[in-house]
Amino acid sequence: MPRFPVVRDGRLSNGLALKIAEHPGPPVVTFRLMMPVGSASDPPGSPGLAALTADLLDEGNADRTGLEVHAALDAIGARLGTEVSADATVISLTTLSRYASEGLALLADIVARPRFDDADVDRVRALRRSRLRQMRSAPSAVADRVFIETVYPEHPYGHLGVGTDESLAGFTRADVFGFHQDAYQLGIATLIASGALTHDQFVASAEGSFGKLTVRQPTKGAVAEPMCFNDVRALATNVVLVDRPGAVQSELRVGHVAAARQTPDYHALRVLNTVLGGQFVSRLNQVLREEKGYTYGVHTVFDCRRAPGPFTFQGSVQADATVESIREVLGQMVSIGGDRPVVPAELDLAQAALTRGFARGFETAGQVVRGIGQLVLHELPEDSYDRFVPEVEAVDIGGVTAAAKAHLHADRATIVVVGPAEVVGPGLDALGLGEVILVDALTDGE
Amino acid sequence: MMDFTKWVLDNGLEVIVHEDHRCPIAAVNLWYHVGSKNERAGRTGLAHLFEHLMFEGSAHHDTGYFAPLQQAGASLNGSTSCDRTNYWEVVPTNALELALWLESDRLGYLLPALTAAKFENQRDVVLNERRQQYENRPYGLALMALMAAVFPSGHPYHWTTIGQTEDVQAATLDDAHEFFKAFYHPGNASLTVAGDVDTESALELVRRNFDEIQGGPPVASVVADGDRSMPRAEVRILLEDRVELPRLYLAWRSPRLFGEGDAGMDLLGEVLAGGKTSRLYRALVLDRQLATDVSAAQGSREIDGWFCISATAAPGRELAELDEVISGELNNLADAGPEEIELKRGITQIEAQFVYSLQTVGGFNGRSDQLNAYNVYTGDPGFMIQDRARYREATVGDLRDLTATQLLAERRVALSVVPTGAANRALAGSVRAEVS
Repeated sequence: MPRFPVVRDGRLSNGLALKIAEHPGPPVVTFRLMMPVGSASDPPGSPGLAALTADLLDEGNADRTGLEVHAALDAIGARLGTEVSADATVISLTTLSRYASEGLALLADIVARPRFDDADVDRVRALRRSRLRQMRSAPSAVADRVFIETVYPEHPYGHLGVGTDESLAGFTRADVFGFHQDAYQLGIATLIASGALTHDQFVASAEGSFGKLTVRQPTKGAVAEPMCFNDVRALATNVVLVDRPGAVQSELRVGHVAAARQTPDYHALRVLNTVLGGQFVSRLNQVLREEKGYTYGVHTVFDCRRAPGPFTFQGSVQADATVESIREVLGQMVSIGGDRPVVPAELDLAQAALTRGFARGFETAGQVVRGIGQLVLHELPEDSYDRFVPEVEAVDIGGVTAAAKAHLHADRATIVVVGPAEVVGPGLDALGLGEVILVDALTDGE
Repeated sequence: MMDFTKWVLDNGLEVIVHEDHRCPIAAVNLWYHVGSKNERAGRTGLAHLFEHLMFEGSAHHDTGYFAPLQQAGASLNGSTSCDRTNYWEVVPTNALELALWLESDRLGYLLPALTAAKFENQRDVVLNERRQQYENRPYGLALMALMAAVFPSGHPYHWTTIGQTEDVQAATLDDAHEFFKAFYHPGNASLTVAGDVDTESALELVRRNFDEIQGGPPVASVVADGDRSMPRAEVRILLEDRVELPRLYLAWRSPRLFGEGDAGMDLLGEVLAGGKTSRLYRALVLDRQLATDVSAAQGSREIDGWFCISATAAPGRELAELDEVISGELNNLADAGPEEIELKRGITQIEAQFVYSLQTVGGFNGRSDQLNAYNVYTGDPGFMIQDRARYREATVGDLRDLTATQLLAERRVALSVVPTGAANRALAGSVRAEVS
């Protein structure tokens, strides 16, 4: 069985944590600076601050204006990426191997020495408000927002990273500067590197740039600790309808709070999800697409986070099949842990798909650093990837059934429909799941 | 940079093998030289609908294409463009024969297993794909309006790959059979096997699975029979859509893939809107803050091309303001060309993309897909060397001349997509586009 590339841990002379995996191949390197600070760490009442701050990192620093930063990136053909999830902020940079040192120096300045000019804060904030506004007319974006807000009321996970228009409108340079000072500190960061260089070359390059930065801890309380997240109150079934008059399809989300990445059931959940909705030949895609033709495709996911993350079914179905599709989803969430347990052929197919396909997940340096980042973020043992295959193979039918009973709850699922009320409304009422809550797509989080 | 060996089997199948032993996976990539440009009026969307049918089982394996491959740990997919249809699997090395066997069975023996029930189911799926990706998505119908206006009626790029709803609804099982017989045979296909394989044994596996399949009738080349000089005057059209902010699309006919000026147009796209230092990003988004985003790209296609600039108005801004800035920058480029540093930046970006694209062996745009693309469009799987050279040779004068000859204000299509009920926010004089 193929093994995950060897990862060597270390620290730079200033104490910054470093993980390196050599990966011979095309002359490409990828760096990933991972900080376990995401939109869950947005201060109370300030949704969107982490993402706004991250978005402003490449807008200039002590030595360079934003345009000069990008001209320097362009000159080495670099790709800069910024990802803000609920749990983490990641700044990544991919460049040609021969520019590794230049790339790291640029990344270090971007992460640690942003200038946050007032004019840039105003401009980027305006761009993010425009994006938020455009999301109102995208059914999938509306569904994602309403789902997460409904499933996680008054919880650090209960908002999208982009925040709300009201909060964005109020942010100033001082808020952004303060958040960067308080939360985005290298004391909790890990620099991850992979690609066509040797370990020693990576270390030497990183010492020359990241090694010269000051490493300190975030301000106490600035970074959300998953252990401190308040419990999500058990919800009754919730049906939320966002009217989109005349729409030809309904965008659907069905789900609830489920499991954290640290759950001992993780591998059973992977198998369960693969059978239920995680791949093309899953139960739900087979029925809703390949038998009924209601949709271009549906899928399910257990988004396992530092604190319990959501289980979500998602898909877009033709409007007149909305209610029947919801009934099918809820029915299958129950039956897979009840009267239609996973059968041996399904178990075998799911395990084989997960284990035999494992090797292609580490083909590129970008995939390798992403994989290492997950281990760091979730504080998982170093040999987790090498143990993945035997762990999945050890899951049996009883384990899948138990995981379904423990982590799937059709009876307290939130159902979000973004579709034409005149078509779907009467059927939703007839489902008998309680009051259908109508939400306006034009509000965002208020 | 990509070592390969190429053969042509007796039935016409072109076979390319590329070895790379770094990861224990094998990529199978199969191109059929058929796309929406091979469709006839009244049956648009058929090439794409047909791609769906290829996943529904064949005579010796009539239970769906995905299950045995997912059981083997594969990832797989397919796609249809105006010029070609491609199918690929990435499998653990020991499942290579399974993937080849399945590909050969659906090439040789699809029709006996193609029932009316499957056909009707996938037609419904495709109509739902159209609803999700085009009809119910902001700005989702813009591409249809642009293609219809940039490429005149009768031109094979006049319609989009997804097709017209009424055409997809009207398609029959007989149409699918005819389509298969005309286009799905070894002489119209190119097969690449790449990754952790041995060249000789990979060829042997291919022959064992594909030699027996009969060749078919030659496929006639599709010609761009629309008038190359169309549109002759500026065309202004508008769409009302469920969007928050108006967006302007400016589009032109342009050189075909690998045609004279094609690489220069790619570089113009970089100069105009590639990243935050590009001319239009600086002018529209950074400095004057008239727009929230801007893009510019050459759409290189096999027999013709199109170039498109698009920008979304910032709240409170109007498309005429965006147009003025974009047109001003185009005039500057047509007069003086880009600065040397702008050209160099564009070349560096494209050079880096070439290297990054070598990182994966399979899947869309992996090395196997690129070898097939070069083989199908130029006859030489190793054409990447010439392809890259085109960019290094481009000069500031080339880009100036291309702007002056290709991006003429009097030959452009200007599409305004505006919020429903705000037709007055389109460029002056725009007429409603007919799309659905």
